[in-house]
Amino acid sequence: MRIKCPYCGSRDASEFSYLGDATLKRPADAEHDVDGPMFDYVYLRDNPAGRHREHWYHGAGCRSWIVVERDTRSHDIISVEFAFSETIR
Amino acid sequence: MRYSIVSLLRDAIAGVDRRKPQWRDAAPKAGYDIVIIGGGGHGLATAFYLAKQHGLANVAVLEKGWIGSGNVGRNTTIIRSNYLLNGNIPLYELSMKLWEGLEQDLNYNAMVSQRGVLNLYHSDAQRDGYARRGNAMRIHGVDAELLDRDGVRKLYPFLNFDAARFPIQGGLLQRRGGTVRHDAVAWGYARAASERGVDIIQNCEMTGISISDGRVTGVETSRGSIKANKIAIAVAGNTSRVAAMAGLRLPIESHVLQAFVSEGLKPIIPGVITFGAGHFYISQSDKGGLVFGGDIDGYNSYAQRGNLPVVEDVCEGGMALMPAIGRARILRSWGGIMDMSMDGSPIIDRMPIDGLYLNAGWCYGGFKATPGSGFTFAHLIATDTPHPAATEFGLGRFRSGRILDEKGQGAQPNLH
Repeated sequence: MRIKCPYCGSRDASEFSYLGDATLKRPADAEHDVDGPMFDYVYLRDNPAGRHREHWYHGAGCRSWIVVERDTRSHDIISVEFAFSETIR
Repeated sequence: MRYSIVSLLRDAIAGVDRRKPQWRDAAPKAGYDIVIIGGGGHGLATAFYLAKQHGLANVAVLEKGWIGSGNVGRNTTIIRSNYLLNGNIPLYELSMKLWEGLEQDLNYNAMVSQRGVLNLYHSDAQRDGYARRGNAMRIHGVDAELLDRDGVRKLYPFLNFDAARFPIQGGLLQRRGGTVRHDAVAWGYARAASERGVDIIQNCEMTGISISDGRVTGVETSRGSIKANKIAIAVAGNTSRVAAMAGLRLPIESHVLQAFVSEGLKPIIPGVITFGAGHFYISQSDKGGLVFGGDIDGYNSYAQRGNLPVVEDVCEGGMALMPAIGRARILRSWGGIMDMSMDGSPIIDRMPIDGLYLNAGWCYGGFKATPGSGFTFAHLIATDTPHPAATEFGLGRFRSGRILDEKGQGAQPNLH
């Protein structure tokens, strides 16, 4: 599997570290609400068979956090963008 | 038909034509007391123990592929009960005891071979960790021996003891651990369950779970609707997909684990060895192939195949442990989809919907647990109370904080 880093170009997947689901949003002001949104955020996952938006870190390259949309059934990569561009959006 | 020395001799003389299918390839009936989703090792074992221990045989096992097509035929066949945590040890030890009597229980040769599982350590700190683990095991009545360097050398003189980076200092040995022929486990459970009246329905894919007034009423499948009073999910890597049919979202991610087998070689590795300075484990099948594996690939996957970086990593582990392996050719590699849970331990519990039961989250350690998982899951389904050896595997533990995290990695499934 190769990932096309928006900064470095196409690189081997071994240069990247995986974090997981990029659609999760840390709930604001929920530190003490361990039973509600914070529990969902920490533990529950959609885990889809199909398109999955996920965070990768290009540790052996530009050290950017990126969001990869990938098909978990085929490992085909549909899109890659910087994680910060999602924050700006 | 019961296998015995007499039947063996009779078949040997009469030839293979006398052999009959090992289980009924059943068509779905209109309804069952219990429908088990997933005809893998755990689902078949559950059906068998429901019939044997609880006298419940109005049971169907639904399998979307064929028996033996999933992880029960994709693992590296290792059995062991060398766990650390109080919540885990009783289940895996129950499983080990069931392995020890499995062939008599099933009247089927599963080639259970207690050839010993050796976990190597390469530093003082790792020795202390293994001593602690060994003590925890012995407190629970599980066998464990801490070997020094010479003890390991006696068993495996060809290992790379003086590697510059990871010299072998010793190992934790569980002599009762070993290997089992995994296909025969699937076939043996299927045959024994079918004989007791369980319907094994292949090529039957789930499309929905029917729920009315907070209670399950049946399943929708590619072979029509089937009514059920109780539905039990045991689908490993597809857990999230099936649970989503009942509106559940679980603390599980699906990841791919690769395994490898070399060309057939003369006997060299009598037991099972795990490398302590990387993730690599190896044994030798009775056919002569070296069977080995390592880490999961580390990203969500349903593809049943992995990528080359992990192939390289596994082979590097092998070379570091026993350089002789470099002369062997890899014959095949494959992948299976693991239901990685958020704490690395399984879930055996009732779900918030009445009549729905879940057996999942086995990560990449499900094979060794097959008998214990089936035994305790059957107990839960039949009695609605957890088996004494499986009281800590509730789904609620993630909410309450009573997690079972053997590796101490936290809620990051790809690190367990």
